[in-house]
Amino acid sequence: MKQRPIWNSYVAGVALGFALLLTFVLTAHGLGASGAPTAIAAVVSNAVAPAATQSNDYLGWMVAEGADPLNSWIVWEVIGVLLGALAAAWWSGHLRLRVEGPPRITNGGRLALAAGAGLLSGFGARVSAGCTSGLGLSGSATLATAGFVFLIGFFGAGMITGLLTRRMWR
Amino acid sequence: MTLPLGWNGPLSGLICGALFGIILQRGGLGNGCRLVAALRLQDSTVFNVMMTAIVVAGSGLYVLELAGLLQLSDVFVPTTYFWATLLGGALVGAGMGLGGYCPGTSVVGAAGGRIDGIVFFIGMIVGVMVFAGIYDPITPLLGAAAGPQAQTLDALFGIPAWLILAIMAGIIVGVGWFTRRGHADPSIVCAD
Repeated sequence: MKQRPIWNSYVAGVALGFALLLTFVLTAHGLGASGAPTAIAAVVSNAVAPAATQSNDYLGWMVAEGADPLNSWIVWEVIGVLLGALAAAWWSGHLRLRVEGPPRITNGGRLALAAGAGLLSGFGARVSAGCTSGLGLSGSATLATAGFVFLIGFFGAGMITGLLTRRMWR
Repeated sequence: MTLPLGWNGPLSGLICGALFGIILQRGGLGNGCRLVAALRLQDSTVFNVMMTAIVVAGSGLYVLELAGLLQLSDVFVPTTYFWATLLGGALVGAGMGLGGYCPGTSVVGAAGGRIDGIVFFIGMIVGVMVFAGIYDPITPLLGAAAGPQAQTLDALFGIPAWLILAIMAGIIVGVGWFTRRGHADPSIVCAD
Protein backbone atom coordinates (compact mmCIF):
# COMPACT_ATOMS: atom_id res chain seq x y z
CA MET A 1 0.00 0.00 0.00
CA LYS A 2 1.18 3.48 -0.86
CA GLN A 3 2.55 5.30 2.19
CA ARG A 4 1.54 8.93 2.54
CA PRO A 5 4.12 11.25 4.13
CA ILE A 6 3.36 13.00 7.42
CA TRP A 7 1.88 16.51 7.35
CA ASN A 8 3.99 19.63 7.39
CA SER A 9 4.63 20.31 11.11
CA TYR A 10 3.11 23.83 11.05
CA VAL A 11 -0.03 22.54 9.31
CA ALA A 12 -0.32 19.81 11.98
CA GLY A 13 0.27 22.44 14.69
CA VAL A 14 -2.46 24.77 13.39
CA ALA A 15 -4.88 21.82 13.06
CA LEU A 16 -4.06 20.68 16.61
CA GLY A 17 -4.52 24.25 17.88
CA PHE A 18 -8.02 24.46 16.39
CA ALA A 19 -8.95 20.98 17.67
CA LEU A 20 -7.79 22.04 21.15
CA LEU A 21 -9.72 25.32 20.92
CA LEU A 22 -12.85 23.39 19.86
CA THR A 23 -12.38 21.11 22.88
CA PHE A 24 -12.19 24.13 25.22
CA VAL A 25 -15.30 25.66 23.65
CA LEU A 26 -17.28 22.40 23.84
CA THR A 27 -16.17 21.04 27.22
CA ALA A 28 -14.55 23.90 29.21
CA HIS A 29 -11.31 21.93 29.45
CA GLY A 30 -8.56 20.81 27.09
CA LEU A 31 -7.33 17.50 25.71
CA GLY A 32 -5.64 14.93 27.94
CA ALA A 33 -4.44 11.34 28.14
CA SER A 34 -3.15 10.16 31.51
CA GLY A 35 -6.64 10.12 33.04
CA ALA A 36 -7.40 6.98 31.02
CA PRO A 37 -4.65 4.72 32.48
CA THR A 38 -5.62 6.14 35.88
CA ALA A 39 -9.25 5.04 35.42
CA ILE A 40 -8.13 1.61 34.17
CA ALA A 41 -5.76 1.26 37.15
CA ALA A 42 -8.67 2.00 39.53
CA VAL A 43 -10.92 -0.60 37.87
CA VAL A 44 -8.25 -3.33 37.62
CA SER A 45 -7.09 -2.68 41.17
CA ASN A 46 -10.71 -2.80 42.39
CA ALA A 47 -11.26 -6.14 40.65
CA VAL A 48 -8.09 -7.69 42.12
CA ALA A 49 -8.12 -6.15 45.59
CA PRO A 50 -11.47 -4.42 46.28
CA ALA A 51 -10.94 -3.72 49.98
CA ALA A 52 -7.49 -2.21 49.52
CA THR A 53 -8.65 -0.12 46.52
CA GLN A 54 -11.76 1.26 48.20
CA SER A 55 -9.75 2.29 51.26
CA ASN A 56 -6.97 3.82 49.15
CA ASP A 57 -6.87 7.61 49.47
CA TYR A 58 -6.04 8.15 45.79
CA LEU A 59 -8.14 5.54 43.96
CA GLY A 60 -10.90 4.94 46.54
CA TRP A 61 -13.27 7.77 45.53
CA MET A 62 -13.14 6.69 41.89
CA VAL A 63 -14.71 3.31 42.65
CA ALA A 64 -16.82 4.34 45.67
CA GLU A 65 -20.49 3.27 45.70
CA GLY A 66 -20.31 1.42 42.41
CA ALA A 67 -19.00 4.43 40.45
CA ASP A 68 -17.55 3.53 37.05
CA PRO A 69 -14.41 5.56 36.29
CA LEU A 70 -14.35 4.10 32.76
CA ASN A 71 -17.50 6.05 31.88
CA SER A 72 -15.77 9.42 31.99
CA TRP A 73 -15.05 12.04 29.34
CA ILE A 74 -11.29 11.39 29.40
CA VAL A 75 -11.71 7.64 28.78
CA TRP A 76 -14.10 8.30 25.86
CA GLU A 77 -11.61 10.84 24.55
CA VAL A 78 -8.71 8.35 24.67
CA ILE A 79 -10.91 5.75 22.88
CA GLY A 80 -11.45 8.50 20.28
CA VAL A 81 -7.67 9.04 20.04
CA LEU A 82 -7.19 5.29 19.49
CA LEU A 83 -9.87 5.10 16.78
CA GLY A 84 -8.78 8.34 15.08
CA ALA A 85 -5.11 7.33 15.03
CA LEU A 86 -6.04 3.82 13.83
CA ALA A 87 -8.04 5.26 10.92
CA ALA A 88 -5.25 7.74 10.09
CA ALA A 89 -2.57 5.04 10.22
CA TRP A 90 -4.65 2.76 8.00
CA TRP A 91 -5.51 5.54 5.52
CA SER A 92 -1.88 6.64 5.24
CA GLY A 93 -0.55 3.10 4.81
CA HIS A 94 1.32 2.97 8.12
CA LEU A 95 -0.77 0.34 9.91
CA ARG A 96 1.51 -2.62 10.55
CA LEU A 97 2.11 -4.78 13.63
CA ARG A 98 5.75 -4.42 14.77
CA VAL A 99 8.00 -3.65 17.72
CA GLU A 100 9.87 -0.36 17.47
CA GLY A 101 12.64 1.05 19.60
CA PRO A 102 16.40 1.54 19.65
CA PRO A 103 17.91 -0.37 16.68
CA ARG A 104 20.74 -1.78 18.80
CA ILE A 105 18.63 -3.85 21.18
CA THR A 106 16.47 -6.92 20.72
CA ASN A 107 12.67 -6.86 20.59
CA GLY A 108 12.54 -8.33 24.11
CA GLY A 109 14.82 -5.58 25.34
CA ARG A 110 12.71 -2.93 23.60
CA LEU A 111 9.53 -4.20 25.25
CA ALA A 112 11.20 -4.31 28.68
CA LEU A 113 12.41 -0.74 28.14
CA ALA A 114 8.91 0.36 27.05
CA ALA A 115 7.34 -1.27 30.14
CA GLY A 116 9.80 0.41 32.53
CA ALA A 117 9.52 3.78 30.77
CA GLY A 118 5.72 3.50 30.79
CA LEU A 119 5.80 2.85 34.53
CA LEU A 120 7.90 6.01 35.06
CA SER A 121 5.58 8.01 32.83
CA GLY A 122 2.36 6.78 34.44
CA PHE A 123 3.77 7.43 37.91
CA GLY A 124 5.11 10.85 36.90
CA ALA A 125 1.84 11.98 35.33
CA ARG A 126 0.10 11.30 38.67
CA VAL A 127 2.76 13.30 40.56
CA SER A 128 2.13 16.32 38.31
CA ALA A 129 -1.63 15.59 38.02
CA GLY A 130 -1.40 15.73 34.23
CA CYS A 131 0.78 14.76 31.28
CA THR A 132 2.19 16.34 28.13
CA SER A 133 -1.35 16.64 26.70
CA GLY A 134 -3.26 17.83 29.76
CA LEU A 135 -0.64 20.11 31.29
CA GLY A 136 2.01 20.71 28.63
CA LEU A 137 -0.36 21.35 25.71
CA SER A 138 -3.80 22.23 27.15
CA GLY A 139 -2.46 23.97 30.27
CA SER A 140 0.05 26.02 28.30
CA ALA A 141 -2.66 27.09 25.83
CA THR A 142 -4.47 28.79 28.74
CA LEU A 143 -1.04 30.33 29.56
CA ALA A 144 -1.16 28.50 32.91
CA THR A 145 2.15 28.72 34.77
CA ALA A 146 1.72 25.01 35.61
CA GLY A 147 1.86 24.08 31.91
CA PHE A 148 5.21 25.78 31.41
CA VAL A 149 6.69 24.45 34.69
CA PHE A 150 5.71 20.96 33.48
CA LEU A 151 7.30 21.54 30.06
CA ILE A 152 10.56 22.76 31.65
CA GLY A 153 10.79 19.55 33.71
CA PHE A 154 9.68 17.45 30.73
CA PHE A 155 12.17 18.78 28.17
CA GLY A 156 14.98 19.11 30.75
CA ALA A 157 14.82 15.48 31.89
CA GLY A 158 13.86 14.29 28.40
CA MET A 159 16.91 15.90 26.80
CA ILE A 160 19.26 14.50 29.46
CA THR A 161 17.85 10.96 29.05
CA GLY A 162 17.77 11.30 25.27
CA LEU A 163 21.42 12.36 25.13
CA LEU A 164 22.53 9.67 27.61
CA THR A 165 20.86 6.94 25.53
CA ARG A 166 21.79 8.28 22.08
CA ARG A 167 24.25 5.43 21.40
CA MET A 168 21.40 2.91 21.52
CA TRP A 169 19.76 4.69 18.56
CA ARG A 170 22.73 4.57 16.18
CA MET B 1 -24.91 32.04 23.49
CA THR B 2 -22.66 31.19 26.38
CA LEU B 3 -19.36 29.43 25.86
CA PRO B 4 -18.04 26.98 26.86
CA LEU B 5 -21.01 24.70 26.17
CA GLY B 6 -20.14 22.23 28.93
CA TRP B 7 -20.76 19.28 26.60
CA ASN B 8 -18.94 16.47 28.41
CA GLY B 9 -20.69 13.30 27.26
CA PRO B 10 -19.25 10.22 25.54
CA LEU B 11 -19.86 11.59 22.02
CA SER B 12 -17.99 14.81 22.86
CA GLY B 13 -15.06 12.75 24.12
CA LEU B 14 -15.05 10.52 21.04
CA ILE B 15 -15.15 13.47 18.62
CA CYS B 16 -12.47 15.57 20.37
CA GLY B 17 -10.31 12.46 20.86
CA ALA B 18 -10.66 11.32 17.24
CA LEU B 19 -9.52 14.75 16.01
CA PHE B 20 -6.59 14.60 18.46
CA GLY B 21 -5.64 11.08 17.34
CA ILE B 22 -5.87 11.82 13.61
CA ILE B 23 -3.75 14.98 13.92
CA LEU B 24 -1.10 13.37 16.17
CA GLN B 25 -0.80 10.37 13.84
CA ARG B 26 -0.64 12.48 10.64
CA GLY B 27 1.75 14.91 12.37
CA GLY B 28 4.16 12.01 12.96
CA LEU B 29 3.82 12.15 16.75
CA GLY B 30 2.96 8.49 17.21
CA ASN B 31 6.50 7.61 16.18
CA GLY B 32 8.79 6.91 19.16
CA CYS B 33 11.93 7.28 17.04
CA ARG B 34 10.90 10.81 16.05
CA LEU B 35 9.88 11.74 19.60
CA VAL B 36 13.26 10.66 20.99
CA ALA B 37 15.05 12.48 18.13
CA ALA B 38 13.13 15.62 19.17
CA LEU B 39 14.58 15.33 22.68
CA ARG B 40 18.10 15.04 21.22
CA LEU B 41 17.34 18.23 19.20
CA GLN B 42 17.73 16.31 15.94
CA ASP B 43 14.13 16.78 14.78
CA SER B 44 12.04 19.92 15.21
CA THR B 45 8.70 18.37 14.13
CA VAL B 46 7.47 17.80 17.68
CA PHE B 47 8.49 21.29 18.83
CA ASN B 48 6.80 22.92 15.81
CA VAL B 49 3.54 20.98 16.21
CA MET B 50 3.28 21.52 19.94
CA MET B 51 4.29 25.21 20.10
CA THR B 52 2.15 26.14 17.08
CA ALA B 53 -0.85 24.38 18.66
CA ILE B 54 -0.30 26.21 21.97
CA VAL B 55 -0.11 29.62 20.25
CA VAL B 56 -3.11 28.94 17.96
CA ALA B 57 -5.36 27.64 20.76
CA GLY B 58 -4.08 30.32 23.17
CA SER B 59 -4.77 33.07 20.62
CA GLY B 60 -8.22 31.60 19.95
CA LEU B 61 -9.08 31.71 23.66
CA TYR B 62 -7.72 35.27 23.82
CA VAL B 63 -9.82 36.43 20.84
CA LEU B 64 -12.97 34.71 22.17
CA GLU B 65 -12.47 36.46 25.50
CA LEU B 66 -11.83 39.81 23.76
CA ALA B 67 -15.05 39.34 21.79
CA GLY B 68 -16.91 38.69 25.04
CA LEU B 69 -17.90 35.17 24.00
CA LEU B 70 -15.95 33.28 26.67
CA GLN B 71 -14.31 33.99 30.02
CA LEU B 72 -10.94 32.34 30.65
CA SER B 73 -12.11 31.83 34.25
CA ASP B 74 -14.82 29.50 32.87
CA VAL B 75 -12.28 27.06 31.38
CA PHE B 76 -9.98 24.78 33.36
CA VAL B 77 -6.65 26.41 34.16
CA PRO B 78 -4.37 24.08 36.14
CA THR B 79 -2.71 25.26 39.35
CA THR B 80 1.05 24.97 39.87
CA TYR B 81 2.35 22.78 42.69
CA PHE B 82 5.91 23.72 41.91
CA TRP B 83 7.85 20.61 42.96
CA ALA B 84 5.17 18.10 41.98
CA THR B 85 4.56 19.77 38.60
CA LEU B 86 8.29 19.98 37.85
CA LEU B 87 9.16 16.48 39.14
CA GLY B 88 6.16 14.88 37.41
CA GLY B 89 7.15 16.61 34.18
CA ALA B 90 10.71 15.33 34.58
CA LEU B 91 9.50 11.74 35.10
CA VAL B 92 7.21 11.90 32.05
CA GLY B 93 10.15 13.40 30.10
CA ALA B 94 12.50 10.63 31.25
CA GLY B 95 9.82 8.11 30.27
CA MET B 96 9.80 9.56 26.78
CA GLY B 97 13.61 9.63 26.57
CA LEU B 98 13.77 5.93 27.50
CA GLY B 99 10.58 4.51 26.00
CA GLY B 100 9.85 6.89 23.14
CA TYR B 101 6.37 7.97 24.22
CA CYS B 102 4.34 10.09 26.59
CA PRO B 103 0.86 8.98 27.72
CA GLY B 104 -1.03 10.38 24.68
CA THR B 105 1.49 9.46 22.01
CA SER B 106 1.73 5.87 23.31
CA VAL B 107 -1.95 5.46 22.36
CA VAL B 108 -1.22 6.86 18.87
CA GLY B 109 1.84 4.61 18.49
CA ALA B 110 -0.16 1.58 19.64
CA ALA B 111 -2.99 2.42 17.20
CA GLY B 112 -0.47 2.24 14.32
CA GLY B 113 0.44 -1.33 15.35
CA ARG B 114 3.47 -0.59 17.55
CA ILE B 115 3.57 -3.28 20.24
CA ASP B 116 6.05 -1.20 22.26
CA GLY B 117 3.33 1.50 22.44
CA ILE B 118 0.85 -1.03 23.86
CA VAL B 119 3.41 -2.22 26.42
CA PHE B 120 4.23 1.40 27.36
CA PHE B 121 0.49 2.00 28.03
CA ILE B 122 0.26 -1.10 30.25
CA GLY B 123 3.38 0.13 32.07
CA MET B 124 1.56 3.40 32.79
CA ILE B 125 -1.34 1.54 34.43
CA VAL B 126 1.18 -0.18 36.74
CA GLY B 127 2.81 3.22 37.38
CA VAL B 128 -0.54 4.64 38.55
CA MET B 129 -0.93 1.66 40.93
CA VAL B 130 2.56 2.24 42.37
CA PHE B 131 1.66 5.93 42.82
CA ALA B 132 -1.59 5.02 44.61
CA GLY B 133 0.38 2.64 46.84
CA ILE B 134 2.68 5.38 48.12
CA TYR B 135 0.20 8.27 47.86
CA ASP B 136 -0.16 8.87 51.61
CA PRO B 137 3.55 9.29 52.47
CA ILE B 138 4.23 11.55 49.45
CA THR B 139 1.18 13.79 49.92
CA PRO B 140 3.26 16.62 51.51
CA LEU B 141 5.51 16.69 48.41
CA LEU B 142 2.50 16.79 46.06
CA GLY B 143 1.10 19.93 47.69
CA ALA B 144 4.44 21.69 48.33
CA ALA B 145 5.14 25.21 47.01
CA ALA B 146 1.63 25.67 45.61
CA GLY B 147 1.19 28.71 43.39
CA PRO B 148 -1.89 30.95 43.30
CA GLN B 149 -5.03 29.12 42.12
CA ALA B 150 -5.14 28.87 38.29
CA GLN B 151 -2.25 31.31 37.85
CA THR B 152 -1.31 32.34 34.30
CA LEU B 153 1.98 33.70 32.94
CA ASP B 154 0.52 37.15 32.23
CA ALA B 155 -0.45 37.42 35.91
CA LEU B 156 2.94 36.03 37.04
CA PHE B 157 5.02 38.45 34.95
CA GLY B 158 2.52 41.34 34.92
CA ILE B 159 2.53 41.62 31.12
CA PRO B 160 -0.42 41.26 28.73
CA ALA B 161 -1.39 37.82 27.40
CA TRP B 162 -1.05 38.95 23.77
CA LEU B 163 2.61 39.80 24.40
CA ILE B 164 3.31 36.29 25.75
CA LEU B 165 1.58 34.78 22.71
CA ALA B 166 3.62 37.08 20.43
CA ILE B 167 6.89 36.09 22.15
CA MET B 168 6.04 32.40 21.66
CA ALA B 169 5.18 33.03 18.01
CA GLY B 170 8.56 34.75 17.66
CA ILE B 171 10.30 31.70 19.16
CA ILE B 172 8.52 29.42 16.63
CA VAL B 173 9.68 31.67 13.76
CA GLY B 174 13.24 31.75 15.18
CA VAL B 175 13.45 27.96 15.51
CA GLY B 176 11.99 27.66 12.01
CA TRP B 177 14.71 29.94 10.65
CA PHE B 178 17.50 27.96 12.32
CA THR B 179 16.10 24.66 11.02
CA ARG B 180 15.21 26.03 7.55
CA ARG B 181 17.48 23.50 5.83
CA GLY B 182 15.22 20.69 7.04
CA HIS B 183 13.26 19.66 10.12
CA ALA B 184 15.36 16.59 10.76
CA ASP B 185 19.04 15.71 11.01
CA PRO B 186 19.70 13.60 7.87
CA SER B 187 21.56 11.01 10.00
CA ILE B 188 18.23 10.20 11.70
CA VAL B 189 15.83 8.06 9.72
CA CYS B 190 12.50 7.46 11.39
CA ALA B 191 10.11 5.33 9.35
CA ASP B 192 6.60 6.63 10.01
